[in-house]
Amino acid sequence: MSTELSGEQAADPALERASAQALDQTSAQAVEGAEQPPAVPVGQWHGRYDRREAEDEPAPAALSRPRLDTEARQLLLELIRPYRRQVIILLIVVIGQVVATMAAPLLIGMAIDHGLPDAIDGNYRTLLQLTAALGTAAALAGLLQAVFLRRTGVVGQAILFDLRRRVFDHTQRLSVSWHERFTSGKVISRLTSDVDTLRELLDSSLDGLLLALLNIVVITVLMLVLDPWLALLALAAMIPLFLLFRWFSARSTVAFRRTRETVALLIVQFVETFNGIRAVQAFRREPRNDAIFEGLNTSYRDANRTVFDLHAIFIPGVTLIGNVATVTVLFVGGYRVAEGGLALGVLTAFLLYLREFYGPMEDVAIFFNSLQSATAALEKLALVLAEQPEVPEAASPVPLPRPTAGEIRFESVEFSYDPTAERPRTVLHALDLCIDSGQTVALVGATGAGKTTIAKLISRFYDPTEGRVRLDGVPLDELSDSDLRGAVVMITQDGFLFSGSVADNIAFGRPAATRAEIEEAARAVGAEEFIRRLPAGFDTDVRKRGGRLSAGQRQLIAFARAFLADPAVLILDEATSSLDIPTERAVQRALRTVLHGRTALIIAHRLSTVEIADRVLVLDAGRVVEDGTPADLIATVDGRYAALHTAWLDSLV
Amino acid sequence: MAAGANDASAPGSHAGAHASVRDLARLWPWLRPYRGYLIFMLVIATLAMVVQSVLPIITAALIDGPIARHDTSGMYPLIGLALLFGVLEAVLFGIRRRAMNISSLAIETDLRRDFYQHLQRLPVSFHDRWPSGQLLSRVTTDLSTLRRFVGFMAVFIVANLAVIVVVLVLLVRLQPMLGLAVIVVMLPLAFATRLYERRYNIEARRAQDLTGDLATGVEESVLGIRVVKSFGRRGQLLRNFTGDASRLREAELSKNRTLATLWTIIGTYPQLVLAGVTCFGVLAVAHGSLSKGDLVAFITLQLRLNWPLMAMGWLIAGTEEAVAASARLFEVLDTASDITDPVEPARLAGPANRPARLQFDHVSFRFADAGADTLHDLELDIAPGETMALVGPTGSGKTVLTSLVSRLHDVTGGAVRIDGVRVGQLSLLELRRTVSTAFEEATLFSASVRENLSLGRPEATDDEIAEAIEIAQAGFVHELPYGLETRVGEQGLSLSGGQRQRLALARAVLGRPRVLVLDDPLSALDVHTEAQVERALRRVLGATTALVVAHRASTVLLADRVALLDGGRITAVGTHSELMASNPAYRNLLSQEVRPDACLDANEARV
Repeated sequence: MSTELSGEQAADPALERASAQALDQTSAQAVEGAEQPPAVPVGQWHGRYDRREAEDEPAPAALSRPRLDTEARQLLLELIRPYRRQVIILLIVVIGQVVATMAAPLLIGMAIDHGLPDAIDGNYRTLLQLTAALGTAAALAGLLQAVFLRRTGVVGQAILFDLRRRVFDHTQRLSVSWHERFTSGKVISRLTSDVDTLRELLDSSLDGLLLALLNIVVITVLMLVLDPWLALLALAAMIPLFLLFRWFSARSTVAFRRTRETVALLIVQFVETFNGIRAVQAFRREPRNDAIFEGLNTSYRDANRTVFDLHAIFIPGVTLIGNVATVTVLFVGGYRVAEGGLALGVLTAFLLYLREFYGPMEDVAIFFNSLQSATAALEKLALVLAEQPEVPEAASPVPLPRPTAGEIRFESVEFSYDPTAERPRTVLHALDLCIDSGQTVALVGATGAGKTTIAKLISRFYDPTEGRVRLDGVPLDELSDSDLRGAVVMITQDGFLFSGSVADNIAFGRPAATRAEIEEAARAVGAEEFIRRLPAGFDTDVRKRGGRLSAGQRQLIAFARAFLADPAVLILDEATSSLDIPTERAVQRALRTVLHGRTALIIAHRLSTVEIADRVLVLDAGRVVEDGTPADLIATVDGRYAALHTAWLDSLV
Repeated sequence: MAAGANDASAPGSHAGAHASVRDLARLWPWLRPYRGYLIFMLVIATLAMVVQSVLPIITAALIDGPIARHDTSGMYPLIGLALLFGVLEAVLFGIRRRAMNISSLAIETDLRRDFYQHLQRLPVSFHDRWPSGQLLSRVTTDLSTLRRFVGFMAVFIVANLAVIVVVLVLLVRLQPMLGLAVIVVMLPLAFATRLYERRYNIEARRAQDLTGDLATGVEESVLGIRVVKSFGRRGQLLRNFTGDASRLREAELSKNRTLATLWTIIGTYPQLVLAGVTCFGVLAVAHGSLSKGDLVAFITLQLRLNWPLMAMGWLIAGTEEAVAASARLFEVLDTASDITDPVEPARLAGPANRPARLQFDHVSFRFADAGADTLHDLELDIAPGETMALVGPTGSGKTVLTSLVSRLHDVTGGAVRIDGVRVGQLSLLELRRTVSTAFEEATLFSASVRENLSLGRPEATDDEIAEAIEIAQAGFVHELPYGLETRVGEQGLSLSGGQRQRLALARAVLGRPRVLVLDDPLSALDVHTEAQVERALRRVLGATTALVVAHRASTVLLADRVALLDGGRITAVGTHSELMASNPAYRNLLSQEVRPDACLDANEARV
């Protein structure tokens, strides 16, 4: 049985998708006309890349895995657990609501059966009592409904809030290497689109579901009491119903997973397009992007179509089973009544109950659908939450000696970005290096020599594959995050700005800084002049990622930010590449003052930046090949640095 | 001229006009192609409802007829009929859902496509202003809200209203006085609904806007992860995010409170009316003005109002969410681009590969919200085939100036001309085919190297690509695992700053444009590579008109002449040696003394 089922699963969705696509194509052609560009298949533009794509795109074997990850269910339970008391209270409230609602027909019946004869006799007491009871029941039901709706909202929103915070905090804890693998678009998709799916589940009428389940339980008991044989006949419908649920569960799991994956791709394309809008427009990429987006949009639609079409079989299937079961009961029951084996009243009651039994079953089915959808999303979120930071924070951190001297020591450090690969590409080989406190060291070397890797190891974006990096004698992985980040700051070339004012962005270096300190930092790096010229000075909104500021201006703000942070170790990775010469000089002059008593590591192609270093390290293929003061190295005959220096002098004209 | 996009309200400042159902009606152009489906769905839904109400009638006939008569053989035809209708109901149900799937998904997909295409054509100034999270939430959350409304709710609203009207009519026909009384008593319900509906509309809008803000926060935290890590500001970002999430939660909760009240009123009020009807009905029967059978029929009929009324509460909420989603969508779709094709585009004369003349004719530029011009009355004339270097201190407006050539921004005064034709008179396609730009920030997309190089020119030949790679000294791409087919960008292989910059340069020189604009194209290169690129670049520059933003003397030397930009004006034009000799400001900008102490002196002299 089970093999048969899984065999079906393998063959069928593909077939269904293919036919759905064929159908869609014809309809699309009919309505869209020729003006739309043809969709470009992903394979044509996306290029090839083999890297392990951070667990997100499951292997083909996993794709056909029908059962939902237990992790997803576990996550859902974990999320609900803190609110289990409220959930129980809600259950009680909803039972009260059901009872109050169900009392109405009973009371109306009594009003007609008992109130009416009394009223004819001129006695209105019974009628008035019953009317009052009816009114009270209605009011009570309403009150309980209001309580239920409000409280489910509160609990639901609390769960969503917890989930959002948890995923956000977790992604922020994960290492840079994870982010580089997983990519920003997918993180955004997890935190927006996937969480939204859970919101839809919580928004879907939970009271409807609870009511339905209660109804089903109560009616099952009533039917069994009324006539066990007829009841068993009615309940026999549960078997095909169960099979239908199982079929839907298996199919929809795969299909919902696909919608999560296609929407992520769509979001990635969307985010990339509009973050790179200058290049898109200047190079007339719009039509090409239209075509690419059309392809992604269509595959998202197709994924949704598969889900919805399953749904279009599942829900009517429930109706069908209910209807057939009712007719069967009608037939068998009717036969027995005709034969005289069953009272007509019992049959009538049965039929009325069955309506109440199968009607809510559709609500259960609809809820089940939302649950499947949310579980597919939760599965993705659970995978993110299961990721362990590759550079974990020390469990029992060693305090950094104060004041921090800033001495850095590499002890036979080996590093590879892909240590688990078959042939790992080793970037650093057994590097031993000591940078004295207060020293300014320049790293020089060709692309791929390992300069940035050294910077990333000191700022602990990565941990070494072998060996250790120590700050003031303490291994970096034994420091607390706040000690490390307080002591080591790295500024990179791109100078990322957050939305907010210029002052906010500088204050990112030290949130507690006063306005005067912020302005002082800007003055120190020579950024004050241009900031004052902005429309609102320091309060100017930098807009989306500093869209209005030039690269040089952004670098200056990033610089001011780092100065304000006041770290013991400052790393500059091409941090002045876009500055004009006088500004760069101003920065260097500031550096001479600021770097006094600090350790600094400077990576720059411009040897002008290197001039202020006490010491130069020339790197080649992950090894230090020259080490000395700039003057000494320039004087070295046939030295690499000497050659670079000569080339640089030539470039100055 | 700078109206349109620049004047559109910034996102989030939505306190303005109250969105109404009119916003939904504006979706009609997207619904139109599928109107057949929509009508079909309505018909099927009605049919299903008829079938649904026939089933109990058959049951009643069966019980009152053959079963009551103990006539077992007489049961078969009616049982068969009941079975038929039971199956029919499910089938109709399935068909309607299927039609709904096709049409609602197609409408959603079309809207998403049009939204994306429209956004791509909005000017850079729009994108600088709008956080991308706000755009993203529109293209995902809001569009699925609309899809649900179109596919599901719209049909049900019609069907439900029909049921309510029919039941009310039947009530009046059954018992005119009682029926009319019920209608009158029900009227306050309509008022209450209207009241809460408005409130819900505003709250729904707020929640959707906050969803966008949350997405923006997420995006920044992810894109800026290195800065966050480097400064150890995880706590600060979590606090910000928690703030956003709390605001969203509050907004959702106030939505929820409104909805809870509305649903409770809609659910409870008819029950209270029912209690009244029962009381007065029984009294009427007692007084002989109403038959017992009529009362039972009346109450049974009125009970049938319960479900459609309850459903209306839910449908109203969905409609208001759709209204808000639609308003949010049109906010963007209504923003007209102020950088558009001219009605009658002019054409550039001459062969496509001949260098063109580039003139800045009294050009001024001012950002929409700025109080002063960034560029003012700027004059610059670059002869065909000439290379002009543009030099100026950080923040002097060099980058803005370069963006005016390909109309990423439009001038606010004067004109940029190519071969004497104002750039605004050319079609954007022709303009951007003529002008090619390498930005200081080398944006790479998650696509193959080939795709990244050809960007807007999928027709570029292999030879052209090979030539561009050679000029930009980007031969490293051949060493990548799959050569030109290797995926780079965020989702692919990560490249160093220098490699990215060389790809951006190759992209710009691909196909030998008539006008080349390079914004500090060599800043991330090491001295050695820089020299190689310069050598190769000279060949290209000889055959094209170029404007090159430069910070270093080595780059300046690629140019025939240099223009000094200071305070938004061109203050001097000449050759490098002329300016070095005659212009102290220029000398200060470009002279790079080797001795650091001399640097300090020079700096002090300037300050």
